Parts: sequence; C-alpha cells; structure tokens
Amino acid sequence: MKRSASPRPALAVLGALYALVLAAGWIAPYDVHEQNRDLAWAPPTRPRFVDAEGRFQLRPFVYRQVERPGRFGQYVEDRSRAFPLRFFVTRPSTGRRHLFGVDGEARVFLLGADRFGRDQLSRLLHGGRVSLGAGLLAGLLAVALGIAAGTAAGFYGGWIDAATMRLGELFMALPWLYLLLAVRAVLPLDLTPAGAFLATTAVVGTLSWVRPARLVRGVVLSAREREFVLAARGFGASDLYLLRRHVLPQAAAVVLTQLALLVPRLVLAEVTLSFLGLGVAEPTPSWGNMLAALRQVHVLTSYWWASAPAAALVAVVLSYHRLASALQQLLGKPTP
Amino acid sequence: MAAAWTVAAWACAPAPEAMTAEPDRDERSGGRLVASLRAEPQTFNPVTATDNPSRTVIALTMADLVHTNRLTQESEAALAESWTASPDGRRFTLELRRGLRFSDGHPLDADDVVFSFQVYLDAAIASSHRDLLIVGGEPIEVRKTDAHRLEVELAEPYAVGVQIFDSIAILPEHRLADAYREGRLAQAWGLSTPPEEMAGLGPFQVERYVPGERLELARNPHYWKTDQQGRRLPYLDKVVFLVIPDKEAQTIRFRTGEVDVIERLAADDFSRLEASGAGDYALHDLGPGFDVHFLFFNLNDLEDGGDEDLAARQEWFRSRGFRRAVSLAIDRDAIVKLVYQNRASALASHVTPGNKRWHHRGLPPPRRSLAAARRALEGAGFSLDAGGRLHDAGGRPVRFSIVTNSGNSERVRMATIVQEDLRQLGIEVQIAPLEFRALVDRLTKTFDFEACILGLTVGDDPNQVVNVWHSTGNGRLWRLHRTRPEPPWQLEIDRLMTVQVTEPDGAARKGLYDRVQEILAEQEPCVLLVSPNVLVGARRGLGNFRPAVLEPLTLWNVDELYWQGNDAEDRP
Repeated sequence: MKRSASPRPALAVLGALYALVLAAGWIAPYDVHEQNRDLAWAPPTRPRFVDAEGRFQLRPFVYRQVERPGRFGQYVEDRSRAFPLRFFVTRPSTGRRHLFGVDGEARVFLLGADRFGRDQLSRLLHGGRVSLGAGLLAGLLAVALGIAAGTAAGFYGGWIDAATMRLGELFMALPWLYLLLAVRAVLPLDLTPAGAFLATTAVVGTLSWVRPARLVRGVVLSAREREFVLAARGFGASDLYLLRRHVLPQAAAVVLTQLALLVPRLVLAEVTLSFLGLGVAEPTPSWGNMLAALRQVHVLTSYWWASAPAAALVAVVLSYHRLASALQQLLGKPTP
Repeated sequence: MAAAWTVAAWACAPAPEAMTAEPDRDERSGGRLVASLRAEPQTFNPVTATDNPSRTVIALTMADLVHTNRLTQESEAALAESWTASPDGRRFTLELRRGLRFSDGHPLDADDVVFSFQVYLDAAIASSHRDLLIVGGEPIEVRKTDAHRLEVELAEPYAVGVQIFDSIAILPEHRLADAYREGRLAQAWGLSTPPEEMAGLGPFQVERYVPGERLELARNPHYWKTDQQGRRLPYLDKVVFLVIPDKEAQTIRFRTGEVDVIERLAADDFSRLEASGAGDYALHDLGPGFDVHFLFFNLNDLEDGGDEDLAARQEWFRSRGFRRAVSLAIDRDAIVKLVYQNRASALASHVTPGNKRWHHRGLPPPRRSLAAARRALEGAGFSLDAGGRLHDAGGRPVRFSIVTNSGNSERVRMATIVQEDLRQLGIEVQIAPLEFRALVDRLTKTFDFEACILGLTVGDDPNQVVNVWHSTGNGRLWRLHRTRPEPPWQLEIDRLMTVQVTEPDGAARKGLYDRVQEILAEQEPCVLLVSPNVLVGARRGLGNFRPAVLEPLTLWNVDELYWQGNDAEDRP
C-alpha cells in the first residue's frame, strides 16, 4: 500500500490561483475592455534593468513597443525613452489602485496583447474569475443537488429510489451540448455578462448532479443498515436526525473527493461553452472565449502568448486531480 | 439581379498579372487544374442552381449569349456573335455564331435559345433568373426569326442593355425538352445524373463526380472559342474541384500544392501565406471588391403591444442623429487594420471603390469623431449621466444588442470593435452571434433583433441593388415590414432607382445613382463599415491567370488558363 500523499501542495497551488483571480481587480494593470488598437498581438513586454547604454537601474523599466510600418502585428522596441515600472499606482481612468503600471503612452503587457491590443494578463486574471468561479459554483450546485437526490434515493428506497435513478440515467443520456445550444437560443439577445455567467453555471451544475447522487446513494444505502443507525432508529430518532447525525457524515469523504473531481470538469465545461460562443461572450473575458482565438492556426503558431489560458487551465485541472487522489487516499474511500 | 446577402465576407480591384510572351501551342495544351469548393454543389442544373458552388461549376460547363468580361466589366460577344438594339431600346436582334455544337456534338440553333428562355421564364419552375428577365413587369419575349437569328422584345427600355443576357446559360433542347414537357425540369441534371446525359456550351463538361469529395470536369472538344492562333480552347484538359468545407484546410492544401487556385482568402491566411513566402505560389491582393459590411438597426414597423423594450429602442434607431452618432463613433480604420490586417477599405458608399463605373468619388471618406458623435447625440435629446452612461430624453439608459452570424469570425470581430467604440459614447452593447439560419429568421420573419452586422455582395450594376434600396425591396433588411409611410428621402430614392432603370444615357444614369448614394450617406439608414479586399492565389506557372473582382473571381477565364513550361508534363 502506497503512503498517503498530502493534499497540501495541490491545495497551495489552487489557493494561490484562486487568490490571484480574486485579486484580479488589483493585480491586473489594465481594464479588460481597453483596446490599444496600435498594439494588436503585441508580444509580452520585457521588464528591464539594463538600459540601452548598458547602465544598470535598480527600478525595472520597459520600452514602448511600436509597430513596424506596414507590418501588421510586428513590433520593435522604441529605446529612446525608458518607462519605469511603478508599483501601487492609481490608474487615472478609474481612480483605483493597482499593483503595478507604467506612466505615459507606454504599456506593460507581461503576457502580451490579444488581437484588439487588450492586455492578456488582465484578461487572464479576470477570465479566471469567470471560469474558475463558474466551475466552483457549478460544482457546489451539482454536489448539493447530488446529495439531496442521492440521500432521498438511498434512505427511502422504493419508488423514490427507482424514480431518482431512472431520472439520473435519462440525464446522463441527454445530448447536453445540443441542449445547451437550445437553451442559448431561447435566452434574450441582450443577456448581460453576469446573466450569461449565472445561466452557464446553473445549466452546467444542474446537468452534473447524477454522479454525486449515485455515489451518495451508495454510501447512504450501506450506512442506513449499520447497527448504530438501526440502534438510533430503535431509540426513536427522526429521519432528519439520523441523516444529519449518522448517515451524511459517512458520505462526507465521498462528497469531498467528488467535488475535487467535479470542479475541474465543470471548469472545462465552462471553457468549452465559452469557446463555442455559448457561454460568457466577448468582450467579457473567460478562458474559453480567450482560447477561441486559437482556432485559427496562424494565431496558434505565431502568438504563443495567446495560449496562456490553456497553461492556466492545465495547472488547475492537474492540481484538482492531485487533490482528488490525495483526498481519496487520505480519507480511504475509493471512488467507484 | 437580386443582390445576394452573403454568409461569408470578402471583396477586391483588378491588378492583372503581366502576360508572358506567347509560347507555341504545344507548350500550352494539356494539364490539369485543381480548385476547391467550400461545399458540394447542389445541382448541375443552371435553371434551378442558387448556391455558390453549383454556380461556380455551371459557369464552366455552360455558356451565355452575351457575356460580361469580369476584368473590363464590359459586355462581350459570346454565343451571340453580334447584336443590334432598336433606337427606343426595347428590341434587340441577336445573331448566333454559326457551327456551334453542344459538348455532345449536337448543333446549337435558335430553337435552343427560345427553349432556354421559355424555361427560365416559366413561373412553375421558379428559376432564380426569372426576376432578372422581367422588365417593366412583363417577361421579355424571345422570338426566332431564322435558325441563327433571334429577336428579343422588352416591355420598356432597359438601361442594363444586353447585360441582361449575362450568365443566362443556353440549354440543349434535345436533352431537356422531354423533362420540361413532363414537368420534371427542376429535378433534371442532379448530382446523380450520368455525365453523358448532360450537354453544355461551356469550355468543360462534367466527367466524374465523387460525392462529398471531388468533381472532375473534362475539356469540351466542341467548345467554340479559339485563341489568336486559331487553336481551339480550352488549353487545359481537366479541371478538378475538391470539396473542402473548412477555410483553414483550404489554405493548408493550397500551401502544400494539392490545390492550384484559391480565392476569398482571409486576410490572416493571406498574410501567413505571404510570410511563409517560399511556396511556389503567387498571391494577389486585388483591392476592394463588391462586398460591403455594414451595421443596421431594426427599423421595421412592429405591431403594437409587442416587445416594449424593442419599441422604445426603435425610437432611438429612427432618429437620424442617433444613427449619425453611431456612424461617427465607429473607428473604421481599426476594423480595416485589426480585422483585415489593412486589406480592406473604409466605406463612404455601398458602391465600393472596386466598382470602377458606379463608385461615387465625390463622397467624403468616413472620419471618426467622438466629439461630433456626442454633439449629434445631444442634438437628438440624449444626455450622459454622472457615471458616463448615455440616457435618452425619457431617462432610459441606452443599451442594445448586435446580432451577427457566428460562423463569420470577421463580423464578430467587427462587432467587438463597434462595441468598444460605442462604449466611449456611454452606450452599452451586447454582441449575440447567432447561427446563420437563426439569424435570417430573426431578420426576415420574426423581426426580433435590435441591430445587426451583415455583409452584402453588391452587383456591378445599380439594377442589382434595387431590391436593397427601394422601399418595396426584399433585401431592405432594416425595414422589410412596413405599415407606416416612408420618409421623403426614401421616396426620393424610390423615384431615382425607378427612373435609372429605364435611363438610356449612361452619364445621366450615373448622376441618378450618385444622388442615391448621397442621400444614403446623409440619412444612413444603415451604417456602412468596410469593404474587404479580394485576396486570391494561384500556383506559379499558371499562364493567363488574371483574377477579377467580379464573380467568378479566378476561373472566369478558365478557357485561357494554361501551365507554362514543363508544368503540363508534371500534371497529367
């Protein structure tokens, strides 16, 4: 038997990622909508310490990027003037404080710019709010629905069990992508980004209740026949008391592991939907609609920084899977 | 011709390739040209074909009486050797060439022509060409005077003249008469029809069709055209169309040499091919073509008691000041640069600079001015609140959605730029990309939209856009449904468009059409955005390759194309 892996490294990575996106408003140097139309596909700005004359400077600085005349998407650095990187700056347009920024007409795009000259880092962070947030909320929704349905099915059995499980099978057989297409078609055209976010989260979460429900049902089914549960029942304990006190705690491990498995899947689901234009729409960033630019081969091959959301996505999914397997070993309840 | 609303968006101006010295005949003859189609053709039947792939193929297999040269945009003799027009412009006498044969060897005579027009004008068949052959409300009358002479009579003078015959394929009566008598003509010449049952007068004939994969055309040995040395055209032995639905895949297969000719390249792909450089292909940027992209608002007269939000927003859309402000705020240069990588033109008129004859040079180019836009909004009773959001006179925040077709990434990008530009005015815009059919339903049936970005392929002649600008036109998508009276400027456009149809004097007609363009620039019932350049490419060594901005862009002179040097031997 392998020694239990600690969930701490995975939790640390995930914690850091969530902290980053939660602090997006402060870390992101620019507004996600701000288009710099003379900086389309500008590559990442390099913070520098050594200037054009070879002098070392303690405060990092950047050079302004200028498009080569007549060459779309090709830039050179204008080394005639250095723009020092400033920390804890107040952006004049919003009056809000930000972690860093530069003055004047220079821009600092640590992760480059997209096709409209929007800061990719700012969009990545704000887009993470949407994608990670939708995944987490949808995961919680799915697990909550799963617990309710699984408990009812497992604890009461009989026709409730049969009906719930048949309904679950029906849900699993649904061609969900087409369903989502249909759902999008009936939503109003001027759906706000917040509305689209909630709709996506609700739909994705609602569609994913079946797996947690089945697992919870299994646990509840075996728990309700345990001797201490039967004994408590013999003492006249109510159903609610039994569930709360004796049955559901047994399911906690399964639910936690399931949540760790479900969230990355639902993050991916949100990304897929936005990628296909069914989720959160431009110009509000989500990792999915940012990745949609990669559908063009030349973007994929010419502008590597456009793939940043994919890298973030890989980190999130891998961390969650590490977390799930660590939890599984730690809590000793293998997921079926 | 009815202007066609396009799913895809493209455009261009002629920049003919220099012709090489005349090689001798043997060098020119033979070889195979591979082109691609975005979708399978629906039919080989010229009467019923409406889709682009079918028309592309039919342009190679069939011929017309008088043909518009795609490069010069002038009429040229084709099956008709010569023609005369009566002084009142109501009668044409056409003289057919002698000794013409269909691809099956059967001779052509005036009966075939009479039969063809009978079929095209048959209301029961409902050919898409029928509308074009109705002048002054009456179908044109085609009479045979002898085996090679025809008389065509129109109900009223028609400014288009003999261009009316362009692209009207002459049908073989001996092949189709039975089907027509039995009422099966609309179903004749489907994809499963054996090639030997079809015959045409074009340079090529269908040889083999592999569903979903490829269509092979072989040289028509009876084709009538010859080159200057008297050698019978076409030079090529074969033309092969590969069905490649995906644009990216088309570009890749062009780059790898599987496809010899590519048209309607996206600007991104064009730049990428240009940058990778080394390939044995030549790329051509033909400048602005005939496609225009524009933004329009829902100005349909909707029933009372419908969507109240939409009705309130329509009050803004009907305000000229509002439309003007939107137009002034849009950064068309940014669209040209960010969407088309500088391979497009900002538009002042729907007649693009590519349309040499009808383009109105006097219209000032569109200029972005947020200050002027704000003034226009103020003048129309709009005001900004403390948070910088625009409100109308009734205090309602100004927000609306723009629909466009999701399959067209260029239009979605345009919408994103417009959205950001309007945000600067305090207008909140949502973009809703819709699947094309769902979009068309909203535009033409339910009228459930607020604003839309779409493209239109404007024909080369004003008559081809009558249905877009005339108040009764079925292409006036911003106001298809009307119960209220038209504004005076629209009535003036109606009058001008009606008068120009019968105006025989070219200069006077140009004056009328210029006036239409001026009124449209002033009233902006739709906000014109850009016209993309026509971008095409061909394998090096393809002689006489002279792409044009008029459809078909690359294969319009397919009968003259040939492989230079030893290429013919490499390409069995």
